[in-house]
Amino acid sequence: MTQTSMVRPSGWSTASGRARLHVVTGKGGTGKTTVAAALALSLAAEGRRVLLIEVEERQGLAQLFDLPPLPYEETRIAVTSGGGEVRALAVDVEAALLEYFQLFYNLGMAGRALRKLGAVEFATTLAPGLRDVLLTGKAKETVTRSRSDGSRIYDAVVMDAPPTGRVVSFLGVTVAMADLAQRGPIRNQAESVAALLHSPDTVVHLVTLLEEMPVTETVEAIADLRAAGLPVGSVIINSVTDPLLPDTVVDDAAADRLDPGRIRESLAAAGITVDEAVATGLADEGGQHARRLITEYDLEAELAATGAPMMNLPRLVDGIDLGGLYELSSMLTGQGVRRQDRDPASGSGT
Amino acid sequence: MSGHVDPPPLDLRALVVDPTTRVVVTCGSGGVGKTTTAAAMALAAADAGRKVAVLTIDPAKRLAQSLGLTELDNVPRQVDIGDRPGQLWAMMLDTSRTFDEMVQTHSTPDRAEKILANPFYRTISTSFSGTQEYMAMEKLGGLSASGEFDVVIVDTPPSRSALDFLDAPQRLSSFLDGRMIRLLVSPGRGVMKIVGAGLTLFTKAVRAVIGGQMLTDAAQFVQLFEDLFGGFRERAEATHRLLRRQGTAFVVVATCESDAIREASYFADRLREESMPLAGIVLNRMHPPLVTMPGISMAALESAAESIRGTDAVTAGLLDVHTRRMATHEGEKRAASRVARTHPGVPVLQVRALATDVHDLDGLRALDL
Repeated sequence: MTQTSMVRPSGWSTASGRARLHVVTGKGGTGKTTVAAALALSLAAEGRRVLLIEVEERQGLAQLFDLPPLPYEETRIAVTSGGGEVRALAVDVEAALLEYFQLFYNLGMAGRALRKLGAVEFATTLAPGLRDVLLTGKAKETVTRSRSDGSRIYDAVVMDAPPTGRVVSFLGVTVAMADLAQRGPIRNQAESVAALLHSPDTVVHLVTLLEEMPVTETVEAIADLRAAGLPVGSVIINSVTDPLLPDTVVDDAAADRLDPGRIRESLAAAGITVDEAVATGLADEGGQHARRLITEYDLEAELAATGAPMMNLPRLVDGIDLGGLYELSSMLTGQGVRRQDRDPASGSGT
Repeated sequence: MSGHVDPPPLDLRALVVDPTTRVVVTCGSGGVGKTTTAAAMALAAADAGRKVAVLTIDPAKRLAQSLGLTELDNVPRQVDIGDRPGQLWAMMLDTSRTFDEMVQTHSTPDRAEKILANPFYRTISTSFSGTQEYMAMEKLGGLSASGEFDVVIVDTPPSRSALDFLDAPQRLSSFLDGRMIRLLVSPGRGVMKIVGAGLTLFTKAVRAVIGGQMLTDAAQFVQLFEDLFGGFRERAEATHRLLRRQGTAFVVVATCESDAIREASYFADRLREESMPLAGIVLNRMHPPLVTMPGISMAALESAAESIRGTDAVTAGLLDVHTRRMATHEGEKRAASRVARTHPGVPVLQVRALATDVHDLDGLRALDL
């Protein structure tokens, strides 16, 4: 029953359709994890295989899909139309660090002992960027993983990334790392991750609510991402209020100028008799609704001024359960979200 | 309907006005209205005649402006609250400055200067996850011990998990006790033999990734910090005691969304485990209908809306607003009831949603407390 009162430009660009790595960020509480999962479901339509990566070690995906805590391995969590599937990977940073060092040095059995000593937490604390290097490195490995015929294992990888305030430094870390390690395998690895993140294979989507702080952060993050040469995908606005009043009366309703007498008459015509107090109460509810709409229009205009494509998701009355998640996914699909094949001749871009 | 539980009401106004309440901590996951709740409580206490300090971490811009806060600052500034008997003082936490001040307090000027200039120190004072939580508690301890305020109200950082601020001091102090730093700086001694060659490789790997200079800086920092460490830990323990003391109250803030409720539940359980005083749970952004029409079903309202949509789209729209609101509120009531069932006896306050963000003192005064 969503009413869309105006035609808007597509919220999903061709570049987003062609990207292989979808980084989803948003301020805490905006529904970033839910939107990342809905996006993965949409991209997995028509028989595609999509990997959903969780990096914050909070098991949000398991909760969302109503599953026991996910292990640190790629696990199928949903099947989609045409034989498509979504797999999930909850990255365990400690395990990933040891895996990463294993790429360059043979640690043998010492890995577990180091873990016990707390050495891993220490190292990631000492160099906060190290964590980010590992996570972006893991994303790169899954994006580029191929079969023997050269085709990619995953059609798309969706990453439920750190919050908006941190996303630019998160994605920029490999550049910093490449500067720090002046040569050798670590530098090469960092450079290849940085190349992927700055290529057309990557897009960053931003999830926001139409509230003051998330919108301000989103606008700032878009500017920062652009300045860092990181490709902005879509702004996905979550929990948008459905407009239930005709556009022409929103201002009057917001200013409490609706006529209770008229409300009573119309209700009486429909066989509902109410007193003045009830009519005034209904007008007050309308007033609150209208003021909320105006606030949201203003904030939406701030987002639109960034020029980024925008998509809307409504507030679900029943909250987010598994059914709600699929509903959100079909709404994203309805707004154009799909995986598009690149022209085969153009290669992967990395 | 069975299974509906009415929890005892939570009266935040009475809580902050009570002269025995000396510290109030608001906590909960990000975006649920913690800062606004803290500010509204602080204003209510000041309006009632108390001298109040409110410590905010990351307020929305307009809320900050309404409190006269324009930048990070480490000293409370008085807020003009008009012709009211009490005083409201507000500040926005500057994490790294609080850390610097702590170092200066516990060290000689010469040594403090060296620590502050150490690049390794700069890294932990700005990016150690948990430093912000720790410093918020440190500042709370300082403001409370100063004796200048009747009550100190503190907001907690918008952490990944609301529990972080309880764990941060412990994590930070085990990090700073230097054992691991020594291992990495000079491997091959003591415990090291257990892991032997593996550690050497690990150290090599860490050096390659973070740079040898960082480890050298870390070693220097450990030496400088050694004397300070005792005082540092003592301070953290004192703050922890303050949080358990009579006169301290925790207020857990949530909305009716599942993530926020889950965080709030973890938090309430954890407080109980730690014997920390939980005053109650605030459920923010509820949408109770403003009118009731007894005897008229939702279906009747929906069909009435359809029957008049052609003649009066406005009234039809108002009925849509009302039925939508009823459905939303049903969901909220179910969530509230789950909270009450899982935390029997814990007081709950349901706060109505506002159409717009709060951005002035009157807006704060209008909130349900």
